[in-house]
Amino acid sequence: MANKNTTSSKLKAALSTLIFPIISIIIAMFIAVFFVMWAEGENFFVATGTLFQAIWEGSFGTSFSIIETLVFVTPLLFTGLANAVAFKTGLFNIGVEGQFIMGIFAAAAIGLIPGLPAVIHVPLVLIGGMLAGAIWAAIPGFLKAKVGTNEVINTIMMNFIAMFFVNYMIMGPLNAPGKATTPLIQDSAKLWRFLGETNRINIGLFIGILLVALVYVLLWKTTIGYELRAVGLNPHAAEYGGIDIKKNIILAMAISGAIAGLGGAVHVAGIQYQAIQLFGFTNFGFDGIAVALLGKSHPVGVLLSATLFGALNSSSLNLQLANIPKDIVYLIQAIIIIFVAADYIYKWIGEKRKKEAMING
Amino acid sequence: MQKVVEMKGITKVFPGVRANDDVNFELLKGEIHVLLGENGAGKTTLMNILYGLYQPDAGEIFVNGQKVNIKSPGDAIKLGIGMVHQHFMLVHNFTVAENIVLGAEPKKGIKIDMQKAIKDTEEIANRYGFKIDPNAVIEDITVGQQQKVEILKALYRGADILILDEPTAVLTPQEIEELGVILKNLVKEGKSIILITHKLKEVMAMSDRVTIVRRGKVIDTVYTKDTNIDELAEMMVGRKVNLVVEKSEAKPGKVVLKLENVSALDHRKLPAVKGVNLEVRAGEIVGIAGVDGNGQTELIEVITGLRKPTDGRVYINDKDVTGKTPRDVIEAGVGHIPEDRHKRGLVLKYSLYENAVLGNHYKLPFAKGIMMNYNKIKEYARKLIDEFDVRTPNEEVFASALSGGNQQKFIAAREINKDPELIIAAQPTRGIDVGAIEYIHKRLVEERDKGRAILLVSLELDEILALSDRIAVIYDGQIVDILDAKSATEHELGILMAGGTLKKQA
Repeated sequence: MANKNTTSSKLKAALSTLIFPIISIIIAMFIAVFFVMWAEGENFFVATGTLFQAIWEGSFGTSFSIIETLVFVTPLLFTGLANAVAFKTGLFNIGVEGQFIMGIFAAAAIGLIPGLPAVIHVPLVLIGGMLAGAIWAAIPGFLKAKVGTNEVINTIMMNFIAMFFVNYMIMGPLNAPGKATTPLIQDSAKLWRFLGETNRINIGLFIGILLVALVYVLLWKTTIGYELRAVGLNPHAAEYGGIDIKKNIILAMAISGAIAGLGGAVHVAGIQYQAIQLFGFTNFGFDGIAVALLGKSHPVGVLLSATLFGALNSSSLNLQLANIPKDIVYLIQAIIIIFVAADYIYKWIGEKRKKEAMING
Repeated sequence: MQKVVEMKGITKVFPGVRANDDVNFELLKGEIHVLLGENGAGKTTLMNILYGLYQPDAGEIFVNGQKVNIKSPGDAIKLGIGMVHQHFMLVHNFTVAENIVLGAEPKKGIKIDMQKAIKDTEEIANRYGFKIDPNAVIEDITVGQQQKVEILKALYRGADILILDEPTAVLTPQEIEELGVILKNLVKEGKSIILITHKLKEVMAMSDRVTIVRRGKVIDTVYTKDTNIDELAEMMVGRKVNLVVEKSEAKPGKVVLKLENVSALDHRKLPAVKGVNLEVRAGEIVGIAGVDGNGQTELIEVITGLRKPTDGRVYINDKDVTGKTPRDVIEAGVGHIPEDRHKRGLVLKYSLYENAVLGNHYKLPFAKGIMMNYNKIKEYARKLIDEFDVRTPNEEVFASALSGGNQQKFIAAREINKDPELIIAAQPTRGIDVGAIEYIHKRLVEERDKGRAILLVSLELDEILALSDRIAVIYDGQIVDILDAKSATEHELGILMAGGTLKKQA
């Protein structure tokens, strides 16, 4: 009886957390439909049909589009998880972008080492990416813990440093002559493309999915996760409970950065095989913020929302073929974010009111 | 007699709480009317409605017989209603006179007429028998005087109806007496006063009538002279209560906590603890009495490792723990019931079982290596819940879902079950219901009898007197005296708490 109660209350709690993301996705789709009506001059039903058909075909309609969608999903899994870990510790790691870029750089550089067997080279590339990302994130983490500087500002600055540093390396010491890239990495450093070389999908996807499980275990089954979440929810109580806040801030940033860096390394070793000069940010890191927000910073939520965002991104080409501007994808994503953010604000106000009621009771 | 305020059928709902449920309340001209109830009963909510801070969901308000719609404190002030909040709202670097005229300044052209402000302040203070210097700066005067400034501020704005929210919470016994005299003077001048409180002794001493509120509902309105403390307590709580803590003679053993010349700064980097020496022995309860803000918080933070001392040493069982981390202190055998359960004591958005191991979550049997054993943790949480009779549907709910009293019982359960040699109980019963207070008091005495050392810090003098074996009085960051609890009187403690000294008699 008691057990039944807890399962049903757990189910209720799960539903109530899901309700807002789902509603926001539905509303975002609706608004997108109106823009398609406006752009195409079609009626509501025709526009709905056109839009959904284009998105579906572009993301899951054919085996090729499924494969491409999964290629889009993979980096978002990493950057989404990276942001989720930081959020859970009460930190806002905008630097996932920069840490991802550092992961790209480390992998592209280590991948050039000749004469290594794959069993050593691939792990070396991935660990190198993780370390690069971890260090890049630990710096602002350390500054926040030791001198109290804001991690948001520092990670944004670190993003730019990462981009310009990597561009310098690509165009300078590691330049492939005549190209705006580094040379291709050794075959021994490449991740296995299990559907053949022509399909870009690779085992990086499974590394990402494995990481979803690992992050879940880390956050909810280990003392590390217990401490990280306690610091995120109530640093004063954590401190009272003998938890070292400074250590956990640095640790959370390092873990977040390591995941982001691993994402960058997987992107190089699985898809690009080289680092390409950046004319702007890759945006995987920034999209990861949205993925984590929509997924409520829960690993399973991140898996679902990364799939949604990946599907939308990969369908953008198909939308253009259907004469719908591909920007509609970004519109949908933006509206989802607005609603999810509104949910956070709504909750925040609700908490505040409850607190007032408690204090003034 | 004339009704100056009449509230009819007031209902106010907050998310999840029915703070006021069809409440009727009336205030007669020239009376002191106490609104009595436990924390969370809805007293303050009702008064915030009268003062325009909240809008009622249902009900009507009449002031001087006229139906009114009070939308903001501005409206309330215009109707002659003034409110002194529990937390004072004064500008600390302004003078008394500047604070009193703030928002309603007398002007000369576009300049503030300070001369007139000072004159007005003196005049109004004299009329009601307040002794106060209009030119004193707020941060230099005592809390009792700050309260007078708040009252004068309301009177300056022409208040005829004065609401005082828990006015005695921050005062020494002598200051409370003085407040009583001031209130009598005000009533003589035709003012009407509403006092919000949960302290029964003051009700009996100060009021003409009492309205008892319990869980958002009015239980009864009675004349003070027709009732007594026990009857009021029963109405307030809803059952018979035992107001006396029963305990036997203490059998003090070895010294468990030893403080040597401990000093520390507060969060503004000003000296808050100034050379404290204190010993707490096994099997005794040492109470620290003092007015809020005299260094109690900082002293406890130093002992528990949450604040670094600037000087002095802290020993627990002869082990030097000065400047060690909170984890080191916990491992040295200290259990700590913190003064603010929401800030320190609980992670509100953690389940009860996660909160149950806060502080020893990394130890066997709760964790092995880095992997936590949630089966063991849940089992342990259920044990705490059973043992301390914490009212909760199960151990999976968020800590925020519990009432204050149950949260506090849960924290006490956790800290006592760490099997500490020293228990630090900081305001262990603040803001909780009488049932939980009785239980926690009983447990603290039991733990004392088991041979634990207990350091009790409380702003409630009654609690200190009821539980302590020895009483250390803290004033301005210093322990000014240590009294034997058996012979200490409220009067003596009051003098010490206000910074005075006792003439020692042989």
